[in-house]
Order: sequence, then structure tokens, then C-alpha cells
Amino acid sequence: MTAITGSFSSAPVLPKWIVPFLLLAFAYGVVPLIGSSYLFEAILLPFLALSLAGVGLNILTGYAGQVSLGSAAFMAAGAFAAYNFNLRVEGLPLIGSIFLAGIVAAAIGIVFGLPSLRLKGFYLAVSTLAAQFFVQWALTKFSWFSNDSASGVIDAPKLSIAGFAFDGAVGRYLFALTIVTALTFLAYRLVSSQTGRNFIAIRDNETAARIIGIPVLKTKLLAFAISSFIIGVAGVIWAFAYLRTVEPDGFDLDRSFQILFIIIIGGLASIRGAFFGAALIVVFPLALSRLGGFLLGDVFDSGVLDMSQRIVLGALIILFLILEPDGLVALWDRVRRRLLFAWQST
Amino acid sequence: MPLASYALGMMEAAVYAPEVFARGLPSALRREQQSEGSTEPTGAATAAATPLLSLHGIGLSFGGVVALADIDLSVYPGEIRAIIGPNGAGKSSLINVISGVYRSDRGHVQLDGVSYAQVPTQRLAHLGVARTFQNLALFKGLSVLDNVASGLAYKVRSNFAGQVLGIGRSRGEQRDSQSRADQILEFLDLTAVRDRLAGTLPYGLQKRVELARALVAEPRLLLLDEPMAGMTAGEKSEMADFVRAARDRFATTVVLIEHDVGVVMGLSDRIAVLDYGRKIADATPDEVRNDQRVIDAYLGVASDNEDGAGI
Repeated sequence: MTAITGSFSSAPVLPKWIVPFLLLAFAYGVVPLIGSSYLFEAILLPFLALSLAGVGLNILTGYAGQVSLGSAAFMAAGAFAAYNFNLRVEGLPLIGSIFLAGIVAAAIGIVFGLPSLRLKGFYLAVSTLAAQFFVQWALTKFSWFSNDSASGVIDAPKLSIAGFAFDGAVGRYLFALTIVTALTFLAYRLVSSQTGRNFIAIRDNETAARIIGIPVLKTKLLAFAISSFIIGVAGVIWAFAYLRTVEPDGFDLDRSFQILFIIIIGGLASIRGAFFGAALIVVFPLALSRLGGFLLGDVFDSGVLDMSQRIVLGALIILFLILEPDGLVALWDRVRRRLLFAWQST
Repeated sequence: MPLASYALGMMEAAVYAPEVFARGLPSALRREQQSEGSTEPTGAATAAATPLLSLHGIGLSFGGVVALADIDLSVYPGEIRAIIGPNGAGKSSLINVISGVYRSDRGHVQLDGVSYAQVPTQRLAHLGVARTFQNLALFKGLSVLDNVASGLAYKVRSNFAGQVLGIGRSRGEQRDSQSRADQILEFLDLTAVRDRLAGTLPYGLQKRVELARALVAEPRLLLLDEPMAGMTAGEKSEMADFVRAARDRFATTVVLIEHDVGVVMGLSDRIAVLDYGRKIADATPDEVRNDQRVIDAYLGVASDNEDGAGI
């Protein structure tokens, strides 16, 4: 026993990869077997798409410290770009369309990131609203983007990678899970690389970063590009795997705020935080409606649900900002430490 | 109570005095030793060597307030040059002009023979210049090691894709910057806090980490903006030892701003004194100590210490 506790206090309990590995094994091996179609359609697919968007925004806002309110615009850009690449480029595999869609979103991200070279914080956030309104306007205004569909709605193509078709709810779940896993892994590598440290340096002290020779302008634009790339791909998952039919209105300012709330609640500058936050944002309304229906019966209709959702969410955000500015991740780490400590001392 | 206030009142006059003696003497001896045979620029010898840094007629004003007026300054390789002066004398402004954070209204800065109207901040590290800040400017969200390693970021040639995939030169760069950062941590006795987040360290250690970040690039010119501000006497003397050791080990030229006259006298080879944006003295510690204008402007007169002991 003493030997075990000794090893506990000196080194981390498990290698860092073990928890993600187990989670992935569960997500790939167990969930598809036991999950209901409701679980996939209503919970896991939006969770995955929003988590990825959260990872993307966290790179920009959490790590590089550049506040953005344009996330939904980059999601929309990704979704519509992937749709058009898939539609208009013969023989381009779906994965190619998705990659190019990410590139398009990244390019738009760089353009709307240019104000960050002069603006900071609140002012920058306001200027990124321009992306939000412009992209949504362009997608509605020019029907070419939605292949002249009367309502501006686009339908997702069949999902397949390298000849392997992802059909049905489970298939779409696996499709989304694979992309999210791959990009999250790359994002994790990025934030622990020199570039990731440059992001944090610029966030924490821009003048000092410039003095020690970090290329500030380039690094900021890179943060915008990478973040928008990931958010763009998240938009593709949102459109192709989750909703299957989307219109520009689905990517409105509310969605941008939702993603911002995800990373604030989950934890800024934390890859895990995006998943924690997305889980809360997705599960919370469902849980609230169940609970409301259970407690209040018929009085709790969709109108009341919508309103109470906003109220409780707003209260939650305020509480988090005051009590736990580092988000669910910090909360989770603290609880885990307590449990570990309690377990050790028994 | 009266005793305490007496002690506080005598702080400048008495408390610093033994310290000056303690550190002033050995460093004076060292200077003498070095000047034998070496090119240590003291006194008349200065005219011969080429300065690493020289300021010519620097003038800077904010609105109607003159921060710097017609400052000339030459700093020679290998020396520790202090810039002292009362609050608002323009010391930090001067450092900011040298590091390109401010653009001077008049005059130019010459670094290693090249003149700049405004020193290009972004190129500063490439020019072999590093600096610390008066108010801590660490990256709070990075570990101590990463903070120090970031001092080598200007050298990084690999792009983000290479770093993410772990290919190309990124691996070598990563290893190299970590091992160099580790060496500096060892040198400054910071290894114990290597993996702590910089923001969680006590103030004195944060100051030292900032010195480490500046030193890791082995700059030829190190600008220290009040490296010992807010430290206890013990921490100050420790920091002074580190600055001296850094100069000796890396042959770095040091320009430092400091309020604590006692520390400055012991540490510096030459001292420039600013007052209201003007340079009123620029000489060795001994000469500055006896300069009437400096005494009037800054050091003050200690009536019970007219033999000049300590001050």
C-alpha cells in the first residue's frame, strides 16, 4: 500500500494518453452498439460538431487571446464551401471537399482577422461581428452558394470516405467522431508546440512577445486561420452529419455566442474544455425540458422551455465567470484531485 | 515605535552604507584586476573602444511634457551601465527608446554601428538585444521553462505544420531550446520551479524568470528596467550577483535602471544620472557619489555623513 501511494504522490497516476484512449475506445467500440438513434441524432452529433467548433474558437480566443464573435460565420463558410466543392468539382472525394472548405474558412478568417493587428479585446470582438453579418448576408444574397435553391437550403451529400459509406445515424456519428478526433489531436499537438506557446505569449503580454522576437502579426493571423479552419470543418459536420439540411439562418449570431459560451463554461485555453462546455450546452436544454415536463407537466411548453433555458444559461455563465473563471475543466480537476486524495488517505 | 521610524528615516543614509561597502569594495577590486591588460573601458580608456550602444541627442516628449532632452550616452562592450535618477527622470522612457517601444522625437540610437531613428522592436532579438520590464511581463499561462524557452522563439524556423506533425527541423529546435532554457534555469537557480506556471510564482522569482527569458538568447546587450524593484534587501543582492554573473558568463553588456543606489554603486562600472529628462552625470560610481549636481538632485545630503562614507 505504501508503495502505491508513494508512486501516486511522485508521478502522475497514468500516462496522459490513457484517458483519451479509453474514451475513444468506448466511443468507437461501445457507443455504436448500445446507442439509440435519439442519442446520436439529438445529442452526440450536435455535441461533436459544437465541440470541434469550441476547439477551434479556443485556439483563437483561449490560447491566442483574440476574442471573436464570428464563429457561426466560419461554420457557415465551411458548410457552404464543402457543399459547393462537392457539387461543382467532379471526382473530388468528400474528404477533399471538407479540407478545401476548411481552407476557404481559414482564408475568410484571415481577412476578418486583419483588424486584430490594430484592435484588441472588446473592439476586436465587435469587428468580428462584421464576419458574422457579411457571410450570412452573402450566402442569402447570392443564390449561387446554395445552387439556386429557392429557400437557400442546402442538402448534404452522401457521406463516404475512401469508398466506405457512412449511412444512418450511427454511420454519421462515426464519420463525425473520426474527423473530430483527428482534428482535436492535431489541435492538441499545435497548442503544445512552439506556435501554441507563441499564441499564449501574445495573449499574456503582446509587447513582451514582440520584444523577444515572436512575429506577432503573423502569429495572430495564423491563429485566425487555424481557428477558422477547424470551425469551418465543424460547420461541415454540423451541416452534413448532424442536420443534413441547413440554411444560412442556422448560422446566426446566436450560434456564435453559443460557441463562445461553450469555451467560457468549459474552460478557456483548454482543449478538453471545449468538450465539457459542448456537453453542457447540448445536454442542458434536453435535461431542462425533461425536468420541466416532469415537474410542471403541460405548463412547460416549448415557449417556456426556450425562455427558461436562456435564463438558466445566462445565470450559469454569470456564476461561472464569478466562481470558476477557468471553467468546468478546473472544476473537474479539483473534484478529481479531492477524490484521489480521499482515496489515497483511506 | 520611535525606534522604528528612526530606522525608516535613516534607510537611505545608514542602511545602504554597509551594503555599499560590502559590495563596493570587491567589485572595485575586480574592476582593477580586469583593467590590467584587458580592454575594460574605464576612464580614459573609453575613448578608444567602439561603443556597442550609443545614443545621440535623444529627445522625447509626451504632449508638452519633456521626458528626455538631448541625451547622449555611450555604452561599451562588457560594461554594466546603470541609469539612475529620481522618479519621472525619464529612465524607463530611455530604455523604451533604446528597445524601440517608443520612437524618439529627435536624435538616433546606434546599435553596433548601425543608426536607427526608431529601433525595430520586432528585430530586436535578432540584433542581440534583450530586455526586461519594470512591471512583470511574463507569460503567466506558460510554465517557467516555456517562458524561458520563448526567449528563443525568434530563432524558430520551422512552421506550425512541421511542429504539429513533429517533422522537419521542429524536433531539433524544440530539443535545443528546451536544453538551453534548462541551462539558464540551472544558472539562475530556478530549476526547482521549472514546471510551475509563471503566474503562480512569488514576485521575486518572477523577476528572476524574466531575467532568464532575456538571457537565454545570450544577448550582447541586456536592458534591465528596474530588475530589483520591490525586492527585499536579500533578494536584491542575490539579483545583483546574478546580473554580474550573467555579464561574466555571457560577456553581455548590461544597461540597468535601478532605484536602489546602494546596489547600483556596487554593481555598475559606470553610472549615468538623469534628472528631469537630462543627463546630469555620467561617470564611475565614485565620481558620481561625489558629484555635487547628483547629490543635489538625487542622493541628497546626509548631514551626519559628511565624510561621504557609504553614499
